[in-house]
Amino acid sequence: MTDFRYIGKKRRPSEDRRFLAGAGRYVADLSRPGMLHVALVPSPYPAATITNIDTSAALALDGVNAVLTGDELAAASEPLMVGVDAPKVIRYPLAVGRARYVGEWVAAVVADSRALAEDAAELVEVDYDELPAVHDPEEAVEPTSTPVHPAHGSNILFRRQFVWGPVEERFSAAAHRIELRARWHRNATVPIETFGVIAEWNAATGLLDVWASIQMPKFPDQIARALRLPGNAVRVHFDVDVGGSYGVKRGIKHAVLAGHLARTLGRPVRLIEDRLENMRGGDMQGPDRIFDMAVAFDDDGTVQALKIRALDDAGAYTGRAPLQLGKPVGAIVGPYRIGAVAYEPISVTTNKTPQEAVRGFGQAPTNFALETAMDRVARHLGMDRLDLRRKNLLRHDEFPHTIPSGSTYDSGDYHTVLDKALRAAGFETLIAERDAARAAGKIAGVGVSCCLEPSGGNSAFEPLFNPKNETTTWMESCTLKIDLNGAIVAGMATSTSGQGHETLVSTVVGEVLQRDPDGIRAIHVDSLNALPGNSPVGSRMAIMLGGAAAGAAERLKADLIAIAAHNLEVPVEQCEYRDGDVHAGARSMSWAQLVEIAHRKIHRMPPGMQPGLQASFVMDVPTGGGLPTEDGRVQMYPCYAFETHIVTCEIDRVTGKVSLGRYVVGHDCGTMINPDIVHGMTYGGIAHGIGAALYERFTYDDHGQLIAGSFVDYLLPSAHEVPDIEIVDHCTPSPLTTFGQKGSGEAGYLGAPAAIASAVNDALAPLGVDIATLPMTPPDIADLIAAAEETE
Amino acid sequence: MSRHDVTLTVNGQRLSAETDARTTLVDFLRDELRLTGTHTGCEHGVCGACAVILDGRPSRACLVFAVQADGAEITTVEGLAPSPDSLGILQDSFWEEHALQCGFCTPGMLIAAHGLLAENQDPSDEEIRDAIGGNLCRCTGYKQIVDAVRLAAERMRKANVPGPGQ
Repeated sequence: MTDFRYIGKKRRPSEDRRFLAGAGRYVADLSRPGMLHVALVPSPYPAATITNIDTSAALALDGVNAVLTGDELAAASEPLMVGVDAPKVIRYPLAVGRARYVGEWVAAVVADSRALAEDAAELVEVDYDELPAVHDPEEAVEPTSTPVHPAHGSNILFRRQFVWGPVEERFSAAAHRIELRARWHRNATVPIETFGVIAEWNAATGLLDVWASIQMPKFPDQIARALRLPGNAVRVHFDVDVGGSYGVKRGIKHAVLAGHLARTLGRPVRLIEDRLENMRGGDMQGPDRIFDMAVAFDDDGTVQALKIRALDDAGAYTGRAPLQLGKPVGAIVGPYRIGAVAYEPISVTTNKTPQEAVRGFGQAPTNFALETAMDRVARHLGMDRLDLRRKNLLRHDEFPHTIPSGSTYDSGDYHTVLDKALRAAGFETLIAERDAARAAGKIAGVGVSCCLEPSGGNSAFEPLFNPKNETTTWMESCTLKIDLNGAIVAGMATSTSGQGHETLVSTVVGEVLQRDPDGIRAIHVDSLNALPGNSPVGSRMAIMLGGAAAGAAERLKADLIAIAAHNLEVPVEQCEYRDGDVHAGARSMSWAQLVEIAHRKIHRMPPGMQPGLQASFVMDVPTGGGLPTEDGRVQMYPCYAFETHIVTCEIDRVTGKVSLGRYVVGHDCGTMINPDIVHGMTYGGIAHGIGAALYERFTYDDHGQLIAGSFVDYLLPSAHEVPDIEIVDHCTPSPLTTFGQKGSGEAGYLGAPAAIASAVNDALAPLGVDIATLPMTPPDIADLIAAAEETE
Repeated sequence: MSRHDVTLTVNGQRLSAETDARTTLVDFLRDELRLTGTHTGCEHGVCGACAVILDGRPSRACLVFAVQADGAEITTVEGLAPSPDSLGILQDSFWEEHALQCGFCTPGMLIAAHGLLAENQDPSDEEIRDAIGGNLCRCTGYKQIVDAVRLAAERMRKANVPGPGQ
């Protein structure tokens, strides 16, 4: 697997250059002639009836073009997509009749400039009758709670009890049982670029052009459906650079609103969130979850069975939020050999900002809960944490391995990765240093986590969580052509938010066609020119876009060989493709000759072959296609990357502030297409995980007001908080993919919060206290330390 | 609303435009002068995406009104390269280390690093982290950025280039 020419080699990512020159093309950099600007009127209440909207003062202002209310928009559009079977949970881009969270858009103001639109937004007078609200998910799950959507009848969006394997039998038979609660508070990826969209309607062609900072599966189709347009009347330009997303840039309500305004006003309309709009009304907050767990295990640490109840606060509406409880089904036992699991996912509505997809799609909270449980089991038995993990980690020779919930893990070498990481970290030394620090009166700890990153994103959680939805494919595509001059152009059906897809495609195509990737141009084609795709979600693009690009390149290679064989008058089998030329014994035809024939000389082409050199490939997810069984078993993602984190910390006894020290991560995502890109995403994922573990929380007060809606109170880790991270690579190729690659876009984030929690709890253990709530803020920890010291 | 003429020297070029008193320097650069390399991330002075060199010092262009900057000398990311078809040493070092992903914070990072290297030709990792500590990046975890700034400093010392020039 190591004799690649370009794959896995050092290669400067081609897209970096334009960003370094200040020549990126982000949505806010674009300007259309006659473009108008949108500002939004937010609800100040978490729950209120909208009794009247007076737009006259706003409309009287010079430069104001329109004020749109929810009633008007609802009359002209279809509700936005609901991810589960909850048809009465109706959502439009603007509130209709009732506001359900603070910051919800109640009206949109369109003006000649953004500043004018903001001035006018303040003049829109909305009358509200405040209603009772529900803020606590544990209250929301009760049948007596005030429903956020009265027509739906309760706050429960989705609830199901899965039992996979002999759970009760194993709990009865096991020597030990523990119970625990783990709490993952609301955070998000919070890209530095907010979401933005420009929409432009051409009445003469009946075409809506959309430029957006988007990472959303089936985005063009959703806009078209909501605006009652045929799919071919919406053209999304995927060549817009996206300033970070990591899951959250879904922006469907923004795009539908802008599209409607552009259509009705006949002018291009731009909606760029400011930071407060982004964090509050942008609907981009992540999972908010309470895990109640029980673990059954033997004296020797063998974990026999798990029970997991995961209560998730979806906020005021449902898009794909509940499905973030579904994806973890595919790795519900983590990297461990656990034969029986009960899982009860519950998604509830509350009067908070709606939840959106965040890096890992619910897997990071689940991994945190699993690893917290493993540490607790070790402590219960007085067993070393590493020994406990080694006892339960799957061995290299156990793959492929099917877990109780129906997914088969493709490959892995968890013990080796763990050992390599421990060696690189100097684990024994770290423990000795911790003990020395403790002897000197410090609060110090070492944390460990072992976690999976499911990759290759299909959407099997859709049919699992909604029997009316029979989605079994989640394809990705690539188009490829060699032009008259022999240059190669590859087209992808997606925008990119930093993952280096252009480099991925050019490297893969270069590998197959044995041509220098630096000379291959990979472009983002618009949605009307693109073949079907599902965007870079679920750590899927190395597998799916890489696979599609390789598939298209193989077809072109076969065409080149066929043309050569025909002209050399030999069977195809006697031809050898080398560096773009085709050899048959001593004779050969060059790349240039073959291209020339294909583009100009059909009389020299094999009979029946089309002129030109072009190919496309639409790839289905490996192992995809299956619907869930009655008891909810299904193959989720195809490939499973493994990561083990080792991190040290010290805690300030008075302030409770956690400082991280050494950070080592062992990472196995199979074959890396571009190591710098994989490493970069892993470092960044860890930084994001540090935020989730220690700093980031969308805090709401008891009245449903978001009190962390700026970078002053929602804290993103800076270069001071993120330590120097060391990655230890290991490669267990996937048997399911073109080059043995697995996904890695969610790496780091999936194991860092668990490891940091493990480090903090290791530090606190001598004090006899622990914490299983993220983020672990300084006041939380200081209170624990103070309470422990009072007890002494 | 009163309009004001603002004249700036941006990347060595004298540029003028009329603007509102409330227009920030970053909006002026982006909307009036169409220099869109400088980005807005938070508009409350925390993230550093809008950083420019203002009269010799890295500054947040979202915290300055354009009228306040009248007459100032400004370097933006567009002015860091010796020519439109090449990159400066600092930019090239960022490329070599892949010190970026989505590229959105990158102009601000380059400006912060540029400011550091103008004053300190052999910064320690700690000093590099201090210099970029006011610039938030969500993609990289900062490691490859620190590596890139270290590499740029080394290359500049070897090339005997004073400061982060070309």
